[in-house]
Amino acid sequence: MQFGIFSVGDVTQDPTTGYTQSEAERIRNIVRIAQRADEVGLDVFAIGEHHNPPFIPSSPTTLLGHIAALTERIILSTSVTLMTTNDPVKVAEDYAMLQHLADGRLDVMLGRGNTVPVYPWFGKDIRQGVALALENYNLLHRLWREDVVDWEGKFRTPLQGFTSTPRPLDDVAPFVWHGSIRTPEIAEQAAYYGNGFFANHILAPNLAFKPLVDLYRKRFEHYGHGTAEQAIVGLGGQAFIARRSQDAVERFRPYFEAFPVFRGARLEDWMTGTPLTVGSPQEVIDKTLTFQEGFGDYRRQLFSVDSMGLPVEVALEQVEILGTEVVPVLRKEMESRRAPGVPEAPTHASLVAAKYGDGEPRQPRPNPNRGDNLSGPSPYQDRDPTVAAQFPAAL
Amino acid sequence: MSDVTIAVLTAGVSDPSSTRLLADRAAQRTADALGASDLSATFLSIDLSTVAVDIAQALVSGMPSRKVTAAIEDLAESDAIIASTPVYKAGISGLFKSFADLLDNDLLIAKPVILAATGGTSRHAMVVDEQLRPLFAFLRAIPMPTSLYAAPEDWGSPDLSDRISRAAGELAIFLRNGTGPQIAEQNWGRHRHQFGGTAAGAPQSVDDVDFSTDLMRLAAGGEREQGT
Repeated sequence: MQFGIFSVGDVTQDPTTGYTQSEAERIRNIVRIAQRADEVGLDVFAIGEHHNPPFIPSSPTTLLGHIAALTERIILSTSVTLMTTNDPVKVAEDYAMLQHLADGRLDVMLGRGNTVPVYPWFGKDIRQGVALALENYNLLHRLWREDVVDWEGKFRTPLQGFTSTPRPLDDVAPFVWHGSIRTPEIAEQAAYYGNGFFANHILAPNLAFKPLVDLYRKRFEHYGHGTAEQAIVGLGGQAFIARRSQDAVERFRPYFEAFPVFRGARLEDWMTGTPLTVGSPQEVIDKTLTFQEGFGDYRRQLFSVDSMGLPVEVALEQVEILGTEVVPVLRKEMESRRAPGVPEAPTHASLVAAKYGDGEPRQPRPNPNRGDNLSGPSPYQDRDPTVAAQFPAAL
Repeated sequence: MSDVTIAVLTAGVSDPSSTRLLADRAAQRTADALGASDLSATFLSIDLSTVAVDIAQALVSGMPSRKVTAAIEDLAESDAIIASTPVYKAGISGLFKSFADLLDNDLLIAKPVILAATGGTSRHAMVVDEQLRPLFAFLRAIPMPTSLYAAPEDWGSPDLSDRISRAAGELAIFLRNGTGPQIAEQNWGRHRHQFGGTAAGAPQSVDDVDFSTDLMRLAAGGEREQGT
């Protein structure tokens, strides 16, 4: 079971002080939060992708590339990478490069994005959002697995003889999670490919996303990737933790009450009616265990701990408590409750082992530049020698 | 167990409310008209004034409270609706519209509806047909031909009773014939539905989902689509 944090990268005014971080401060602070998460032993740090204020992560691979250089063990991920407005070719290239630089400590969560104007800004139509996400991933999946791709779809200019470079680290594609909370087609795509399925598990009633998670589980089994119980489910959540539960409630309340979607709501109602946890480490542990009860065994739990204008010192403290007091207990508890046969979430190491066993991973070495990939089976030296390029006869 | 269930949806805010009174009279006449053909009716009363704050919060947060969810479930379970709103500032009540904004688009497909409104002056009589009727048309419900509107002077007029009887009679015919369920059943697959939605027939599990749609084929690698 992996535990970590995910952030949308918002810059929100602190309602208790009126202070708004500059973009420069917020970027530096997000890096600090990621470093702290690594230091305290969390497994995953994920950052969103946004193209409008008050959010800073328009370029997640740049940010994560920097974080990769400053961290040791933590897996870097996204929450989410926009699979609608990004060119899947550029996604394939950028994240493969990041995967190399992070030495395999990378996976990707794909989503549609729900900010309406972003679509036209990038020349896309939000009404085609689901189809865009599905088609773009179908292409991405091939770009990471086939050296040379011929492809034609509805939304993107066709490709003939295209090679996405660099090839993924060890020729093993980054693991992909598909994020969705209401779209059965996305759950179906995750199931079809045997990829992970992640429900953000915030801002909605308890178990609201269970029907979709169950659909994914059953289709995962349908496509022969394993049993429904072995389907690779991830969940989000939001937590605010203090040693004493009344301190947690008292400190978090002004942030809750000032945040737009909660305006006029009672914190206590959200604490009981939704996955939001505000309380002592033990309360966060207890509530998180109810997620396992409700959704079945899952592989990844991410908490949102740095949004809503919380000062960076508080966010760092949250990461610290999570890493030192909450997650160690949750690891043990969830492990002891986990059904036999449900493995850990995939990592680069486990995917390499699955592909090569004890063998050496493939290390693609390109042939000399010939200007195109249109002839022959592969632009790499380990191409099948029995397949030769067929050139048309000269007239 | 009665033969039909009818939701009485009112947005009046005073107590007693003339908006509620108009809806209740329509309900009573509908019960009478159904009784004449030996059909019994259960009425589910949905008084929006009691969930006003919850409705506003659900709009802002996207998370309906238990009370709002219960009201929506009552609508989903009903075979017909009697909808009644006050007219404020030349329009239907914001509370009524806010509640309507929370409904799934497929919640009311082919459900027969009596449209009713009350106002301070007869000059607002067309609000029912110009605002309520298009709203329920958008929701693919079936508004009855006779709309009800009551200005202060109408409460002393037998014409209002006549119109109520006419609307109730129309609704009773629809309920007797089962026209709504027939339409809903025949066309259900042609409407777009929200997975896990609140409509009675909304897909809730893998068994309810059509995996043969273009989008589902695209989700599963798009092989069949690309092969064409």
